[in-house]
Amino acid sequence: MKQLVNAPDQVVTEALQGMALAYPDLIRVHENPHYIVRADAPKNGKVALVSGGGSGHEPMHGGFVGLGMLDAACPGAVFTSPTPDQIQEASAAVHAGKGILHIVKNYTGDVLNFQMAAELLQSDGIEVRTVIMDDDVAVKDSLYTAGRRGVGATVLAEKICGGAAEAGASLDEVAALCSSVNASARSMGLALGPCTNPETGQASFTLGENEIEFGIGIHGEPGRQRIPLQSADTLTEMLMIPILEDLPFKKGDEILLFVNGLGATPLLEQYIVYRAAETVAKKHGLKVSRRLVGAYMTSLDMAGISITLLRLDETMRQYWDAPVRSPALRWGL
Amino acid sequence: MEYSLNALNQWIVCAEHQFKTQLAELNALDAAIGDGDHGSNLARGFAKVVEKLQAEKPATPAALLKLVGMTLISSVGGASGPLYGTFFLEAAKVAGDQLQLDDAGLALCLQAGLAGIQRLGKAEPGDKTMVDALSPAVSALNHQAGLEMAAQKAREGRDATIPMIAHKGRASYLGERAIGHADPGATSASLLFDCLAKL
Repeated sequence: MKQLVNAPDQVVTEALQGMALAYPDLIRVHENPHYIVRADAPKNGKVALVSGGGSGHEPMHGGFVGLGMLDAACPGAVFTSPTPDQIQEASAAVHAGKGILHIVKNYTGDVLNFQMAAELLQSDGIEVRTVIMDDDVAVKDSLYTAGRRGVGATVLAEKICGGAAEAGASLDEVAALCSSVNASARSMGLALGPCTNPETGQASFTLGENEIEFGIGIHGEPGRQRIPLQSADTLTEMLMIPILEDLPFKKGDEILLFVNGLGATPLLEQYIVYRAAETVAKKHGLKVSRRLVGAYMTSLDMAGISITLLRLDETMRQYWDAPVRSPALRWGL
Repeated sequence: MEYSLNALNQWIVCAEHQFKTQLAELNALDAAIGDGDHGSNLARGFAKVVEKLQAEKPATPAALLKLVGMTLISSVGGASGPLYGTFFLEAAKVAGDQLQLDDAGLALCLQAGLAGIQRLGKAEPGDKTMVDALSPAVSALNHQAGLEMAAQKAREGRDATIPMIAHKGRASYLGERAIGHADPGATSASLLFDCLAKL
């Protein structure tokens, strides 16, 4: 695999340095430990939103730091959660006296490290709430698994809660809104090929020439099964059905439809999938009122897509539409 | 047998060497059922630990164990950072201000470490995690079976994870596809006990 890398152990550091140079008006980057904060942090009078996770999912989460979205993001090593001291420092750097919301994707490492960080912050007298995102219907949620993974709905929750926090909502309100977005969203993805971790140089899995991984995770973890490649329309419908059945969505529901590229799938293909997804949604009587298409939560160079459906209510729609100014998402300003 | 500060230091240096040399193998095990970086993460963490041990030269076993735990938590990430970090931190609490540990003292420390891992990770034996290697090994020490037997039990515990379905961590997403692969956490835990047995 060919990659534009200088030194495998400097991948995250050098990427962050590049990001700082590219967006000096929007963000500041801290090294040792690594974190990204909005340029005007701490922002007086608002709840601070902090998220994080392994690197390799760009623009998630650093690309969503800015006005109307996250106050800080903590990137771990590639596909490895950030550490408690890193999360603690980032949180303290953006805390403005109104408390902190940690938005955490449901992976064992992320959950444990954010839990330790929250305990450290609370022992310093800082109020912290944590919402665990677990929207991936590909994974069985039972007593015997780590539970559903957090995937695409995290992007939507960060935008919507960021809008609410910017508008002056309290910590309780922002946390409740985040839980509500998580409860109202479902996702599922598929991969046409593996990703290559630049720190280890290894492909995450191998697929046959004509085989796809259905129900993929964002680190290349498998979900449901391996199946033969089929047309975009057929595969999109196969992703949509379990999503629609799981919530379940009812005729007349207003939804946000999010088609996400996993890294190596071009927009051309993403739009083909979006076309099919909106067609399926309409066939089920859903009212698609907000849309997002693009690579917002990637898995390095993995080819594939994920689809997220969020049942919108008035509050969510209002904060989705609110202005945002971050490296990866900008509108309304 | 008595475990001096120097002996515990040797244990950690051995572990650092093991994780560095077994890095590719641990990554390969992790790639089979997780995301393929368990070896890289532990190698990075223990390299940092050894660097700090040389710089700070802790004065008691408790101080050494605490330094190991804190450094792992702040440099490994993932699930194994907090879990192994807690293992050493809890062991440090039991070591108190003793200048060296005897067999029973070491067993008590590691027992507390295991309890910490289970409290944080909520894993039981049979879940296909590091607990499957740690639990029988610590149990052997509690029965005064000696370090060699403890290491043997850890290896058996690691091998016993091969036919298991995983119930914790990313491997749990695989369901039956996890069968046939040793758990990387149980494997790294067994390497830790191999190093203990060399003291």
